[in-house]
Amino acid sequence: MAILEDFIRAGDRVEVHRPVPRALVAPKDWRLASEYLAGGALDLVGLWAEPALVHMALREKDTGAVAVVTCDAAGGQFPSVGQVHAPAIRLERAIRDLFGLEPVGLTDPRPWLDHGRWGLAHPLGHRTEPDATPYRFLPAEGESLHRIPVGPVHAGIIEPGHFRFTANGETVVRLEERLGYVHKGIESLMHGVPLDRAGALAGRTSGDSTVAYQWAFAGAVEAALEVTPPPRALWLRALMAELERIANHFGDIGAICNDASFGLMHAHCGVLRERVLRASDVAFGHRLMRDRIGVGGVTVDLAPTGRAAIEALLREARSRFPTLVELYDSTTSLQDRTAGAGRVSPELADQFGAGGYVGRAAGRSFDVRKSLAYAPYDALSFDLPVRTEGDVNARVWIRIREVEQSLRLIEQILAALPAGALRAEMPSPRAGEGMALVEAFRGDVLAWVRLAREGTIARCHLRDASWFQWPLLEAAIEGNIVADFPLCNKSFNCSYSGHDL
Amino acid sequence: MRKLIYEGLVRRPLTELPPAPEDSALAEIAGSLDRAARHRLGRSLAIRAVDAGSCNGCELEIHALNNAFYDLERFGMKFVASPRHADVLLVTGPVTKNMREALERTWRATPDPKWVVAVGDCAADGGVFAGGYASLNGVASVLPVDLHIKGCPPRPIDLLKGLRALLQS
Repeated sequence: MAILEDFIRAGDRVEVHRPVPRALVAPKDWRLASEYLAGGALDLVGLWAEPALVHMALREKDTGAVAVVTCDAAGGQFPSVGQVHAPAIRLERAIRDLFGLEPVGLTDPRPWLDHGRWGLAHPLGHRTEPDATPYRFLPAEGESLHRIPVGPVHAGIIEPGHFRFTANGETVVRLEERLGYVHKGIESLMHGVPLDRAGALAGRTSGDSTVAYQWAFAGAVEAALEVTPPPRALWLRALMAELERIANHFGDIGAICNDASFGLMHAHCGVLRERVLRASDVAFGHRLMRDRIGVGGVTVDLAPTGRAAIEALLREARSRFPTLVELYDSTTSLQDRTAGAGRVSPELADQFGAGGYVGRAAGRSFDVRKSLAYAPYDALSFDLPVRTEGDVNARVWIRIREVEQSLRLIEQILAALPAGALRAEMPSPRAGEGMALVEAFRGDVLAWVRLAREGTIARCHLRDASWFQWPLLEAAIEGNIVADFPLCNKSFNCSYSGHDL
Repeated sequence: MRKLIYEGLVRRPLTELPPAPEDSALAEIAGSLDRAARHRLGRSLAIRAVDAGSCNGCELEIHALNNAFYDLERFGMKFVASPRHADVLLVTGPVTKNMREALERTWRATPDPKWVVAVGDCAADGGVFAGGYASLNGVASVLPVDLHIKGCPPRPIDLLKGLRALLQS
């Protein structure tokens, strides 16, 4: 069955959208697409707006094909997808906040990113006066229930967000998240700016995934302009992306164990993480490798001493990490905390199209590097670890296995790194649309751009994997004790900044 | 586990020599608190980190201060969970409008005398996020800032140099 092909054929196809097709579809087809999402034949990959249009990126589960369908919203409204497919609800609330477009049929009338503090409403659409209605949390009624408000300022060194727990004794009955505290208006700041400034903003959307974001942004622009970066640039991007992945995974594995009061793992994983950042610094001149990817290629070459630094890192990781894995595996008091805690069911992971370790720990074998393979991953060999338990323990193991795979990838990249140019020749500015998906350490990042004729950004949308993971955390914590929340939360490690934009 | 702990006893520590405090940081904070206040804070500082809209890059490097290489606690500084226990607020991000009230309330909850340290380029002046509808232009637009540590994000060693200046001023 080729559902997406039919939608594109029936719709009004846009010629300048690359690499996947986009078509303006009739409202009835938009609703039909929502039904397919609800029925499970399609995955929601993204949902974003422009002042008079709403776009939805979809992936067909059977064929793996991806396409974008667009609904006209010139009348200030569009048929809600969220009314039948829950993963779209927060995205639609965000669209309403930013553009003032009404998702008709959406039952949740509350704002999401807009806290009534911007001094205006609908910053990306027709700007109006702000609405000062106080935010209402969902009710929870019953005997002996009590509420625990947490945040936005948290106890650790973490990002801000509010968690409203309703508990019965120690047991969490409901968790409701409220996010948007770190909304910086990135999509508005990108409007009308040159590519390098937009790229800098993309790289500051979620600092822990700066490589993945700048790759996704560059990929979308390159698709729009039909530019292919030289092979060396693509391989260097992958090298940076894998270094970023293992740095974050080392940090996460240690931090999850630390939240179960097992500081030894935290200390040793912290050392490994620091080694990765130092090797990255030697190799590319920045510990997080920020601003190292530009449209058309990379901005720096691998430093002359970089190869030796990364090889030393590989040796250290290969000799030290297995001991830590064994320590994790053999410490029963630690496993007592992680096994069975914060379980996400495979059904929910599938419904939400959860990416990264959240999805792969709950049976969803999706990784952009494999499922929609982009260069150079199509030429590299690695396995995709998948588990089905969906608990904290499974999310730790997925990270462990992914570190091992990334070490393999780094070895392959160093062994076969092509020589040649670092940046492609750029064509003269022109209008166009492009989209790219890149696998960050926590899951797929989507970047979509529309370029204006003079080569500036007319509209850019960035969608973090967290959009489809945050809601699952609410489900995962249900029935767990309040004291296990930090553990569950860390095992998800969703991005606040990447989500709030 | 025993093997790892034993190794930790016989291997040389990874902790590196402390960097000298940053001269510019010493100069910036010289006039920030009077002598009596500094005397009261003594040679130990409790730090409360507040993210006021950062991209989380600064948080990653602040975290690194606790690893074996930098080992912040050897200088008498440690991160605390509540502003009520803090001597220093370490603030990151351009200060989003959605976080402004939370930041101000955190500051009010911190007992005097206290220092405010703005970490990162966007905490200094809004950085790449300046000028938008959703953010202010750095921490100083909301709170009195005693010290700026620049960088995007600042390296842990730069954070250490700045924080040590607080103790040596």
